[in-house]
Amino acid sequence: MATASAEIKVTAEIAAEHGLSAPEYARVQQILGRDPNITELGIFSVMWSEHCSYKSSKVHLKRLPVRGKLVVQGPGENAGVVDIGDGLVAAFKIESHNHPSFVEPFQGATTGVGGILRDIFTMGARPIAVLDSLRFGPITADHSGPAVSPETITKNRRILDGVIRGIANYGNSFGVPTIGGEVCFEPCYSQNPLVNALALGIAKKEDLFFAKARGTGNPVLYVGAKTGRDGIHGASLLASAEFTEESQQKRPNVQVGDPFVEKLLLEACLEAMTTGAVVAIQDMGAAGLTCSTTEMASRGGTGIEIDLARVPQRESGMTPYEIMLSESQERMLLVAEKGREAEVLQVFKKWGLDAVVVGEVADGGLLRVREHGLVVAEIPAHPLAEEGPVYQRPIAKPLQKEESPADWFVFAPEKKNLTNNFKQLLVSPAISSKRWITEQYDTMVRTNTLAVPGAGDAAVVRIKGTKRALALATDGNGRWCQLNPRLGAMHAVAEAARNVACSGAKPIAATNCLNFGSPEKPEVMWQFSEAIDGLAAACNELETPITGGNVSFYNETLGSSIYPTPVIGILGVMEDATNVLKMAFRDDGDIVVLLDGMGGASDPPAAVSSNGSNARLAREFSSSEYSKTIGGIVTGQPPAIDLHAEKRVQQCLVALAASCSVQSAHDLSDGGLAVTLAESCFASAPARKAGQTLGADIEIEDRSPAESAVFGERGARAVISVSPASLNAVLQMAQEYGVSAVQIGKVIANGIFRIELNGSAIIEEPVETLRDIWAHSLERALRQ
Amino acid sequence: MKFGVVVFPGSNCDHDAFYAISNVLHQPVEFIWHQSEDLANCDALILPGGFAHGDYLRTGALARFSPVMKSVKTFAKSGGLVLGICNGFQILLEASLLPGAVMRNIGLRYICRHVHIRVENNATPFTRAAATGQLLRIPIAHNDGNYTADPQTLAELQKNRQIVFRYTSADGKDDAEGNPNGSKENIAGICNRERNVAGLMPHPERAVEAALDSADGLVIFRSMVESLVTSVQASA
Repeated sequence: MATASAEIKVTAEIAAEHGLSAPEYARVQQILGRDPNITELGIFSVMWSEHCSYKSSKVHLKRLPVRGKLVVQGPGENAGVVDIGDGLVAAFKIESHNHPSFVEPFQGATTGVGGILRDIFTMGARPIAVLDSLRFGPITADHSGPAVSPETITKNRRILDGVIRGIANYGNSFGVPTIGGEVCFEPCYSQNPLVNALALGIAKKEDLFFAKARGTGNPVLYVGAKTGRDGIHGASLLASAEFTEESQQKRPNVQVGDPFVEKLLLEACLEAMTTGAVVAIQDMGAAGLTCSTTEMASRGGTGIEIDLARVPQRESGMTPYEIMLSESQERMLLVAEKGREAEVLQVFKKWGLDAVVVGEVADGGLLRVREHGLVVAEIPAHPLAEEGPVYQRPIAKPLQKEESPADWFVFAPEKKNLTNNFKQLLVSPAISSKRWITEQYDTMVRTNTLAVPGAGDAAVVRIKGTKRALALATDGNGRWCQLNPRLGAMHAVAEAARNVACSGAKPIAATNCLNFGSPEKPEVMWQFSEAIDGLAAACNELETPITGGNVSFYNETLGSSIYPTPVIGILGVMEDATNVLKMAFRDDGDIVVLLDGMGGASDPPAAVSSNGSNARLAREFSSSEYSKTIGGIVTGQPPAIDLHAEKRVQQCLVALAASCSVQSAHDLSDGGLAVTLAESCFASAPARKAGQTLGADIEIEDRSPAESAVFGERGARAVISVSPASLNAVLQMAQEYGVSAVQIGKVIANGIFRIELNGSAIIEEPVETLRDIWAHSLERALRQ
Repeated sequence: MKFGVVVFPGSNCDHDAFYAISNVLHQPVEFIWHQSEDLANCDALILPGGFAHGDYLRTGALARFSPVMKSVKTFAKSGGLVLGICNGFQILLEASLLPGAVMRNIGLRYICRHVHIRVENNATPFTRAAATGQLLRIPIAHNDGNYTADPQTLAELQKNRQIVFRYTSADGKDDAEGNPNGSKENIAGICNRERNVAGLMPHPERAVEAALDSADGLVIFRSMVESLVTSVQASA
């Protein structure tokens, strides 16, 4: 019976302060057959927090496709694992660290990166790449739409700076290249930025490790950094509640990261695993020692006993409650083979890390925690891990203002020159170059990076010792999901997969980070449920099963939610790393070809009359980046999606890359065709002498309004460039895949970027002028 | 002939240097753990990039106390080739095997990108395969690469032709535009008076294959191999 250190008598009120509802507390009493002591209450409260238990999302997550012939490990382990050929597997996962990054941007971001890296090397995989998907509030005053106060802008810049420095600090020191992701800006993220970090690792298939405690009597080892008072209740009180004005007081709940210790832990863990004496291993992330002991025991169908007096501690006088709930970073729990623990301890000693036997695997399925031999907590592990509350939360479609064509974007008159608007778009933080950010990351360490950020649509890393490479991209358009969560989520999958295909890799699997508001709001749960259905539809069609990820609810401050923001990471495999495609135009005279899975004009065939078609285009265009930046209008609907068309164009891109007949490839997304073409020109600069950036001479025939034709963001499209000699082969291959391929112009070395629509030039400017404003605007904005 | 790559806790470009030597240059190479005082009969040593001992206190400040550094000093004094790359260069500075120091980059941010450097002196074992004046496109990746020294040291470096590499713009001018971190006189790499110890902030091991966007760094490792072959022949 657990009595020690239980001076505080637990009541329903104390349980409520721990975030447990009355029915949840009753369930705790039922499982224990008695009242919990304060340590046990703490343990239940973190394990049953939204963050750890997925109690509001579980019923919906079941609808996601998680199986596939390449999936080695789906959701439920530290990371998803897929077979990438040559006897190798890739472990990858994306996770959020949103709330800590708002409260303390630098530490929040570092520990976000640290946590996801541990999830990867816990599986026995060496991390080879990190991507970050970031969302901030506006950082410039010229944002159209509702005015943003100068104080908010200053604060958003401070958050951005802290997050970037945090990511850089951790990844650079740890020695993993940070090679991609996205950065977006919307007012809804001012009070609640999103920091989602994705890590990828590789291992030999037979060398994978899992977090299942086995073998009664096997010793349980605590390894890594010492336990302190940092991060207590990070998962329950910080990640599982919305922000109020007092949130800044939660700063002590944010953990502090040390990338140097993490690097030692990586090397030591991988080396310890080679001894053959490691049975199971799990990192101590959210809910620290509590979660790792409980989950390892529960997965293995065993019990675990530990004595807290043996846990290495940074400070004296810590209570069992504090030790069990601490989220101190860079710690692992592992189970060794009985009698061989010395081999494991020796490795950690070499790397200068604490490694102590703190307990053992036991029969009976209990998590039994002692302090100096005295039992301080005793809970059945399986019910604690798996029988927590599950909610079918109420769902209600939000009441939306009746949409009227009067609210939609009004297209400019025919033949209007759009050069100035185009320049304004290139300057906007959403479209401008992110080089200022990505240069703060070490993008090249481990010498595998074949496409640095901005060079291609996806990050590409080769796998030494094989011919293969892996490509990764993330995507998630919150604005579109706000307007239509189902469609927006489908677009996120489609675009991330299209990015991977543009690099020449075949998309094979997905990971997701679902950032939403409070699940206690029926409108948020409706968004969540819709987004899940969208993800499921797209992942099924594109054959990219979801292998893991996380759900981040309560992204709201003072009652207002963020845009629903499902972020998708897609992994692709390239059989031959030399076939990697980048976005840069390469040679004067190459032909520019627009690939379109939907078969041609920017106006899909569904259109009936020209007027009706224009109305639909205006409605879709009102959700575009151009509409937001130039018109200050955010309404309407995301573009209609055709997943079959997406699949066709992606398969075509992969085949074209494998045939080595294409010079460059870049998908159409934010800012449409004009931005895609310009970026392919800009990307040619580094490989050429100063002032010789390649231009483009484009002629398009299109009946739809000019702005829709060149800035519309409908998917299933990509721009490729082809040498004249390869053109026929490329056109033929496109036809075989059912993809329309239209020659729209030429790459040209005269330094001019020019787009002509139906015979009139609508954009014309020296490419260097455009490149200059695009390349430096972020830096200039932040220096203001 | 054998290369050794010294591994400090926190080194993270050790595998990259190893790979460049073994898989690109096809030369024998092994890792040497920082607690070892035995250099395993290596003929040339590379101190790789990374964050040795977390770079706590100051870059390289703790690493110079690692046991292996005693042997590295003896090896250097006896004429052995020692190349410090990035963090390895910072360690050589702290260990006084090379003169001067590095400060935080001007702008106070970590910078990772390709830069241009010019070979200032090809009469060293690290540049003999290059031409003086040759431009190399090689990445940098550091927080603290802002090289500095007192005027007298700078004058001596200049006089003794110890400045091996300078940052330049893409067209070869050594102006402020080409200087990424604020280094005095655009200094990117130096050697000792005896020419057998050199250090540079850029990462030649990241520029050894066209697939990595540049193979310009190879010339540095090739030079080392040539020097070793020549010295073996001379002593034979």
